[in-house]
Amino acid sequence: MIRFEHVSKRYDGGHEALANVSLEIRHGELLVLAGHSGAGKSTLIKLIAGLEKPTAGKVWVSGQDVGSLRQNQLPYLRRSLGLVMQEHRLLTDRTVYDNVMLPLLVTGYPPRDAAKRVRVALEKVGMGTFEKAMPLTLSGGEQHRVAIARAIVNRPSVLIADEPTAHLDPAYAREIAALFRSFHAAGVTILLATHDDTLFSPYGARRIELAKGRLLA
Amino acid sequence: MSFLPHGMAFRQALHRLAGKPLSTLLSALVVAIALTLPALSYVLIDNLASLANGVTGKPEISVFLKKEVTAEKAQAMENRLRADKRIVAIRFIGRDTALKQLAARGGFADVTGALSENPLPDAFILEPGGEDPKVFEAIRTSLTAMPEVLHVQLDSAWVERLHAAVELGRWVALLLAALLGTALIIVTFNTIRLQILTQRHEITVSLLLGATRAFVRRPFLYFGLLQGLLGGVLAWGMVQGLVLLIAPRVQALARAYNIVVDLAGPSVWQGLALLVFAAVLGWLGAGLSVRRHLHDGAVD
Ligand SMILES: Nc1ncnc2c1ncn2[C@@H]1O[C@H](COP(=O)(O)OP(=O)(O)OP(=O)(O)O)[C@@H](O)[C@H]1O
Ligand SMILES: [Mg+2]
Repeated sequence: MIRFEHVSKRYDGGHEALANVSLEIRHGELLVLAGHSGAGKSTLIKLIAGLEKPTAGKVWVSGQDVGSLRQNQLPYLRRSLGLVMQEHRLLTDRTVYDNVMLPLLVTGYPPRDAAKRVRVALEKVGMGTFEKAMPLTLSGGEQHRVAIARAIVNRPSVLIADEPTAHLDPAYAREIAALFRSFHAAGVTILLATHDDTLFSPYGARRIELAKGRLLA
Repeated sequence: MSFLPHGMAFRQALHRLAGKPLSTLLSALVVAIALTLPALSYVLIDNLASLANGVTGKPEISVFLKKEVTAEKAQAMENRLRADKRIVAIRFIGRDTALKQLAARGGFADVTGALSENPLPDAFILEPGGEDPKVFEAIRTSLTAMPEVLHVQLDSAWVERLHAAVELGRWVALLLAALLGTALIIVTFNTIRLQILTQRHEITVSLLLGATRAFVRRPFLYFGLLQGLLGGVLAWGMVQGLVLLIAPRVQALARAYNIVVDLAGPSVWQGLALLVFAAVLGWLGAGLSVRRHLHDGAVD
């Protein structure tokens, strides 16, 4: 499903954020990516989404070499992924409903079915009653859940989340972890980057760890 | 490919325009003023051109003879001219007749009376056939070359000058249009640049969620087009209004020259051309801006 072949990434003028990383994420897997701050977790996710290009090696997603995709092919790759970035990036001038609607809007999804999908996604993350709320009036955990609803509204086969439980109190964090667990149970392939990998160990997740850009055995 | 995304982008652009009515109005006014100057010049030149076309009737060529030319020689010359097929009519006006005509004109009687000698030359008034200015010019050249001739005057010269002025005016209007059209592009370019800046976050998120660049670009392009169109509509109204404003003055001036002038505003086709011009330039300015500003790090 997702495969890294000897991937290195060096940012302009920076040191190596990823060094010779090879890994495979199989269909239906729940994978936790651990590592200290600055280990390269976010970089790895950006390479999958085509937000950055590898300096060396190849990243394969669903049989496509992401690094060699052209600018006009990238949107279609991103539509097949559900992304929850480290900063949740909700649009603060739009309601919760409109935020979750955005992925359907940009992909030209038929408007009539779209409304239903948005409601379903919000229900799944337990935010069904917050449709009309503005993001800034929500707590951090609630904003996170809206971001997750936005990531799953397109029903992606892969869900990738960067630090979904960071800055949350333990109760919220457990709630979110359970949410991902339920998506996994529904057959979605899941990649989670997190400091706090103990949250997911009860769910039998596979765990890999990055340290200074290298994958620990 | 469905039209749905276009309709959506169009509505989004309309929404943005309506969302800030004051800045929309100001931008549209800037566009309108930039368009009004060349459009008004064009319309006025057009009026002048139709005036010039109206008076290209029959030109006359006055041929003044040298003093030493005798009556026989003048008669011989007249016969030669009658043989020339390019000339339709000939009238001889002797110097005495000319003086009498001059004296008969109000105000000149005293002057002519005071002269000890008739200063006027004999003259022919010729009427050339056709309407081709090149032919008139050829006749003038051959007449000037004749030994008996002192001076040849083409009475249509002022019409030609008018035509030349119209031609020049057209050029100036075109130049103005190019210059102010560029200004219009720059205005739109900058408006769109500011919009992209304020919507950077939304653009980034949209691209992250799988929006194509075309999808992100489209509302800006429609915005540029609509802003241009709005400016064009205002400019049309302004040109029409200015024509109405100056028409009575021009008519008063024309009456002093015994010319009837009916100053016309832009035709419907000219107005529509103005709208298309404005819309295309708006679209162009937006397109250039989007191309320039959507590239730098819109995503991360
Ligand atoms: N755009 C960038 N330009 C230059 N260097 C960068 C950029 N993004 C990340 N880096 C560097 O690459 C390294 C890996 O960063 P990355 O964000 O992948 O770490 P991380 O594991 O996600 O850390 P955290 O847990 O703090 O989110 C860091 O040293 C970081 O400073
Ligand atoms: Mg990170």
